[in-house]
Formats: sequence, C-alpha cells, structure tokens
Amino acid sequence: MGEISVRAGGAAGDGIASVGETLAHSLSRMGLHVFGHNAYQSVIRGGHVWFQARASTAPTHSQGDACDILYALNKETADVHLPSLSRGGTVVFDPEKFDIPASQLPAGTKALPVKTLEIARKFTSQSILQNAGGLGATAFLAGIPLDVLQASLADSFGKKKGDVVDWNLGASADGYAFAQANSAANDHAVAKAGEPKLLMTGNAAIALGAAAAGCKFLAQYPMTPASSIMHWMAAHSRDIGVVVKQAEDELAAINMAIGASYGGVRSMTATSGGGFALMVEALGMAGMAEIPLVVVESQRSGPSTGLPTKTEQGDLNMMLGAGQGEFPRAILAPANAVEAYRAAIRAFQVAEEWQTPVLLASDLHLSENYMTVDRSEIDLNVEIPSLFSVQPNGHDYKRYQYTPSGVSPRSLPGQVGLQWIAGSDEHDEKGHLISDVKSGIPVWVAERTKMMQKRMGKLAGIGRSTEPPRLEGPADAPLTFVAWGSTVGAIRDAMVTLAAKNVATNLLQIRTVFPLHVDVLEAAIDRAKTTLLVEANYSGQLGRLIRAETGRHLTNRLLKYDGEPFYPYEVVGKALEVLGHGRN
Amino acid sequence: MAGTSAPSVAPTVGTLLPLIGKSDTKPTWCPGCGDFGVVAAVEMALKRLKIPSHQVVLVSGIGCSSNLPHFLSSYGFHSIHGRSLPVAEGIRWANHTLTVIATGGDGDGFGIGAGHFIHTMRRNVDMTYVTMDNQIYGLTTGQASPTSMMGQKTKSTPAGVIENPIDPISLALAAGATYIARAFSGDVKQMADLVAGGIQHKGFAFIDAMSPCVTYNKINTFDWFRQRVYKLENSGHDPTDIVQAWQRSLEWGDKVPTGLFYKADKPTYEDLEEVLTAGPLANQPAGLKGRESLLDEFI
Ligand SMILES: Cc1ncc(C[n+]2csc(CCOP(=O)(O)OP(=O)(O)O)c2C)c(N)n1
Ligand code: SF4
Ligand SMILES: [Mg+2]
Repeated sequence: MGEISVRAGGAAGDGIASVGETLAHSLSRMGLHVFGHNAYQSVIRGGHVWFQARASTAPTHSQGDACDILYALNKETADVHLPSLSRGGTVVFDPEKFDIPASQLPAGTKALPVKTLEIARKFTSQSILQNAGGLGATAFLAGIPLDVLQASLADSFGKKKGDVVDWNLGASADGYAFAQANSAANDHAVAKAGEPKLLMTGNAAIALGAAAAGCKFLAQYPMTPASSIMHWMAAHSRDIGVVVKQAEDELAAINMAIGASYGGVRSMTATSGGGFALMVEALGMAGMAEIPLVVVESQRSGPSTGLPTKTEQGDLNMMLGAGQGEFPRAILAPANAVEAYRAAIRAFQVAEEWQTPVLLASDLHLSENYMTVDRSEIDLNVEIPSLFSVQPNGHDYKRYQYTPSGVSPRSLPGQVGLQWIAGSDEHDEKGHLISDVKSGIPVWVAERTKMMQKRMGKLAGIGRSTEPPRLEGPADAPLTFVAWGSTVGAIRDAMVTLAAKNVATNLLQIRTVFPLHVDVLEAAIDRAKTTLLVEANYSGQLGRLIRAETGRHLTNRLLKYDGEPFYPYEVVGKALEVLGHGRN
Repeated sequence: MAGTSAPSVAPTVGTLLPLIGKSDTKPTWCPGCGDFGVVAAVEMALKRLKIPSHQVVLVSGIGCSSNLPHFLSSYGFHSIHGRSLPVAEGIRWANHTLTVIATGGDGDGFGIGAGHFIHTMRRNVDMTYVTMDNQIYGLTTGQASPTSMMGQKTKSTPAGVIENPIDPISLALAAGATYIARAFSGDVKQMADLVAGGIQHKGFAFIDAMSPCVTYNKINTFDWFRQRVYKLENSGHDPTDIVQAWQRSLEWGDKVPTGLFYKADKPTYEDLEEVLTAGPLANQPAGLKGRESLLDEFI
C-alpha cells in the first residue's frame, strides 16, 4: 500500500487552499484515493491556515494523523506542524523568509530550503508567485509527475490564460527541478495507480445530488459551512435550470423554498445551526401543511456564533426537536461525499413521497473537505416521478384525505378544480380551519386527533424509506463503534490501523438519525460485545437519543468538542483503552 | 426528457373555466370588520379580470386579516405570521403564470415581516400585496401595531404609543415598489379598481387597504377615515411623478389621500432571472439525466 500525506500551511491570504487543492487534484488524477482537509479561520487575511492532502492506493476516509511532507510558508506553520512531521519526512521552506534550526527538526526528518521568492523574482517583481516554487518542490517529494502537477495548476486558473499562468507554471517547474537536484523523493512517494478519480467536497456532492434528484429551486442565506452549496448551484444555475435565490435571511430562505414546493417544484434550503434556528417555525409549517422540503443543516462549532470555521456535531438535539408541536420528519446523516450525494437524492425522494420536511445533516468536516469518488459511484440517471399525484375529479377534492399511509393526494396550483388552502393552522381533510371557531367542539376534537394521527402515522413509512443502521466489519469483533455523520471517516481509518494490530472492530453507522430503526439498532447493540460511542459533541447527543429510544446506555464514549475533526490515532487509542490493551 | 411527464400547469385559457367566487367557508370576522370590504374588492377585481380561480393563489400570514384566503375559491396558502411574502415569491418563481396575491395585516407585514416587505419590493417581484391595515393587532386582542398612531392607547400601551408609526406608502416608495396605492374599506369600488390595477401591473403592486378594526381600534374608525379621505385621481396627482408621490405620501392627518400614488415600468425579478425565460419552472425538465459531462469539473 502506498500512502502519503502532504501538508501546506501559512497565513490566511497566502493562497494555501489553492496550493492544497492543486496537490489534492494532482493526486486524485493519479488514480489515488485522496482526502483533502482544509483548515482555516474566520478571517480573510492573517490567521493560521493549512491544508492536508492525504493520498493512498487504499481508501482514505479522513485527513489521517501525521504528514510526510510539510510545506511551511511561514514560521508559525513550522512551529505548529513540525511535531506532526513523520520520520523520513521533509519540511520545505524559504530561507529568505525565516529559518528552521536543525534543533527544531523531529528525529529522522530533514529540511529542504527552497528559494521560492528568488524563483518568483525571475518571472515578475509582483509578489504573486511566492507559492509556486515551493509547490513544485513539494510535488516532487510526493512523487507527483511534473506534467500532472502542471495540468492541475493550469486548470486551477480556469479559463484564465496569459502571463500569470505561465509564470506559475515556470516557477513550479523551477521548484520541482531544484528539489529533484537536491533531494530524493520521500520514502512514501506515490505513483500513478489508475484512472483519475473525481475529487469533490461534501457540499458539491450534496448540490449535485439535489440537482440529480430534480431540485429546481434553492433559496439560501450565506453561512459557513453551507454556503458552497449555493455557490455550486449558482455557478450551474442556467446550465442545469435551477433557480438559486440568495434570500434576505434564513426566514425568507426556508419560506421561499416552501412556497416553491407548494407551487410545484422540488425545493431545498441549506444553512448552518444559526440559520437553522431561524428556520424552525417554518419547518413546522412544512410539517403541518404537508409540503415536501429538503433542508441541509451543515453543523459548525457552537454554541451561538461559536467557531464558524470549525466542525462539530452539536446540533442533533436541535434537529430532532426543531419546531413547536409534533410532526414527522427524517434526518439523514451521510459520512462522506458518495454518501452525501446519495443522501441528497434520498432526501428528495423521502420528502416527496411522505410530503414532509427532510433534514440532511452535514457538518463542516463533510461539507468543506475534499474526498475522492469513483465516477461509477455517481449515477446521474435518477428516476424523477411526476409531482402530480391526483387527477381532476370534478369536486370534493380533499387535500388532506385520510389514507392508510397518511399520504394524501396532492394537487398543484394551476390544476383546474383542485383548489385547496395550505394551512399552518390545524385543518380538516379539505384544508378548512379547525382552529378558529371549531376547536373544542367534540366532533372537531376528534377530527384534530385523527389529523395528528394521519400526519404522525407517516413516520412508519418514512422508516421504511430510509436506511437502517449498517454494521460494517467483522460481525463478531470484540468492539463495536457507534457513530453518525462525518465522524465515521476517522473510525474507518482507525479500524484499518487496529486490524493491522490484530484488533478486530466493527462499526455501527447510524445513517438515519431519525426515525431510528429501533429494532435493527437494538439487535445490533445487543449483539455487540463492547460498544464505543464516538461523537463530535460534549454530551453524546446520539447516545442520549439511542438511550431514549432503545433503553440501551452506551457508556464508553469518545467525545470531542474542540472544533477539530477526529484523528484516527485518537480513535485507535480510545479503542485500545476500552479493550484493556492500554494506550500505545 | 427527465421530469416532463407532468401535465402542464401553464394557464389553460378557456372561457368555461370557473372564475373566482366565495368558498364554502364563511368569513369569521366580527360584524362590521373592514376586512369584509377587502375580500369583496379582491373578488370583484379577479372577476373583472376574468382570471380563472385555479390560476390564482392567495397567500397570507397570520392575523384576523390573514384568514382571507379561506373565503375565496382559489388556491391559497395561509402561512405563518410575517412570512406571506417569501412564500408568495417562492410560488411565483415555481410557476410565474400564476396570479399571486398576498394579503395580510399591518402587524404581519410591517412588524414581524418588515424585512421581507422591503426586499420583495426592491426585487420588483410581479405580484400584488394587499395589507389590511387596521393600525392594531386584531387577532391578539388589541395591542399596538407598527402603524398605530402616536399616543394611541392599546392593551400594550396603556399610556399611549410613544414611537412613530411606519408610513407604508413612503416606505414602499423608498424600497422600490412599482405600483403603490392606498385604499379604504369604506370604498370597495375604488379598492377593487386599485387591486385590479395592481394585478394587471407588471411588477410589485402594493395596496395599503385601510381596513378598520371595529373591535379594538376606537380611533381609526370608518368615520375617522370618511372625514379625511380624498381621492388622488380627482386632485391632479400624476402617479408617474415620483416627487409628487413623495409629497402626497407625507399627507396623513386631517387629510388622508387614497388612490394610486405611484406607478413605474421596470423589469420584474422574473424578467431578469434567466432560468425563468425558458418558461414556468414547474414545467421545465428536472434532473441531470445524460449530463455526465458535469462530472468533468471534479477531475
Ligand atoms: C411568530 C408569532 N408571533 C406571534 C404570533 C401571534 N400573533 C398572531 S396574529 C398577530 C398580530 C396580528 O396583527 P395583524 O397582522 O395586524 O393582523 P390583524 O389581526 O390586525 O388583522 C400576532 C402577534 C404568531 N402567530 N406567531
Ligand atoms: S378583531 Fe378587529 S380585525 Fe379582527 S375580525 Fe374583529 S374587527 Fe376585524
Ligand atoms: Mg392589524
């Protein structure tokens, strides 16, 4: 197995993300599995940022732990990241900017000074090229062929041509040649492994999946880490015929999406926790009026504004409880880009089939990081049924007709003779208000009860339309991880490491956080020898839900709420501790 | 093509299609409530324009006034407090062949929904918005509203209102609405004319319908208005002149102008949203079947 991790760090505004993305794209084009972790701050300039591209011939589920090559654009990067440089690793830096004393290098690592500024000055006096030489040197050390690097670099400028592109290509080639002449490649340097893979963020996967599922309308208000869903959709809006509306606030965004759905198109909104808090009242309206709706909630560290550019899984309680009263909903929790693509499709299908809001729970770690996907895993040929579920029958149309499934025939405005009033108030089968003058009168008390039962009855069907928990890994393993969402990535990597230590583990992934598939879950938990709950929040919100719904109390917990993603070594360490192997 | 199996929801023009009428739900307003005049005017306007009932969507928020959609035979969306406009915009963008009319109260539109009011106007969404402005919160039994006048004693302001009222007309001028009118429930004929004009207008039409609450507002009564209203159309006002419109909008007190303050022709949001030039969104193909080239950007 060939595997390498390359990290580049500097100050916000240094162009670290584009260095990282170019490296990540080069590696995915070599047919390797890649995970690209973009760590940044909530300022546009200044502040420490870094990007880690981890590539392997085997699947990469997380950013990994250490790095084999570190490209330090400033001293702070060297100070912060040298301790994670692995044995045999190399740090690339420009001695004209700062120095790295030999004493600072971890045992078994070396420094490769590359005069990136001097290289840049060969091409231009403007200070716009300072990364390119170092990028070239880093690519050489990683085993990326020069032509692959240069193609990715040129593509990163999009349609732009001219001097700036040529200078960048020239400077990167000089840096590449310098490294080649003055250093050997890293011991873990990778080679071409197959056909190019697709590299996408979770948000791009969600937007793509939504469009493939027939989404025609997206209303959104900018908020990290959900914004890039809107960016992707807006960039493709005319090409794929999706109306994208940046709303005046999240209140407008969700209500616009609800209006558009009522009007006859599949609709979505996306936000993070703060925006979702503003959407809560309208979410209940979608439940009450039985309007299909997809809401993406990409979590970031809370509470309040929290750490806007850092990850967390702290909003599960809010997603479960969002809205006054009770109404049916589903909460889907994909772990990576492929799962996100499919979850977006499923979200639309479930919302439409059961005429109710569906939440797609993401988080910053999934939404904004880059993951490789095989082309064959993305099937754009999604069957899209007609939205018209009822044909005109002249009279007596009942929009909220009682049915065994709870789903009633739906007409769309513009259809002749099938008018109805969508209402946020309680109503009867025809949509007439119960709330104003009838409530409290015995026959209408009974009607209200029936209407609640009709709506809530849909939950059984939603359970059948959503994915039950899934066990992966050897069934009889001594330890079962229990997790949801992006946290699963670090666990999958940890399971590989543990297996190499002859420690078998398996993973119970909760793919649908709500409704929980209680029978499947109980059986899986009861079969597990030992469980370890892993969540990126303080109180173990999934654990609380599982305890409430199944009575099973998962007492071994690895909880993290520092804003950073899980690192596989943390999971490995905790697993060994729980199993009594002691930490190593 | 993907998603085209749906029957068209484009307008089915035909003289036999039922026009709007009363629904089988009787209005639940207090006897004498100004809102009776508004529902009558909306019905008259739609009948006069011969827009079939299945082509109309009435959208409201929450309040006494917001119950209006239940009393007519069109499609309707009785949404939550303050959110009628974004819901209405979503409906328009899903199918811009529909006639979308938002109706609601002063609290709904100028209080909790004020942000949407401004933004919907600046977008010039092609729809009509009729506020039933009774200068009070009716449904919640008589608290001050954003249009309650200075000094008015209400349940929430027993010593009198101590903040300036919003003037919806000048606010609409500032925000960029392209059809701005004031009507009065005591003159249903004029109101119907103004609503019909608003529906026909290409762009955002705003009609502030003064609609007295006979139960909770003992100041701005039918009589109060009758003593003060005069018609802009009879007083040499030129609604295409924004300076005149500004001047007239400042009149409120001994005299209260009604009629059309301002009208302008500007592109609507739907005109400028390129995706909608291909026809109603609801009729456009959905999905990405056969669009594999979209994946190339990820390589
Ligand atoms: C979010 C929210 N806050 C408060 C209310 C309670 N509420 C219902 S109607 C209303 C005000 C009604 O006043 P207005 O919009 O002027 O309508 P009117 O009853 O006067 O016609 C309020 C505050 C609510 N339904 N929702
Ligand atoms: S309380 Fe006022 S606004 Fe409400 S119905 Fe009665 S009169 Fe009309
Ligand atoms: Mg009012």
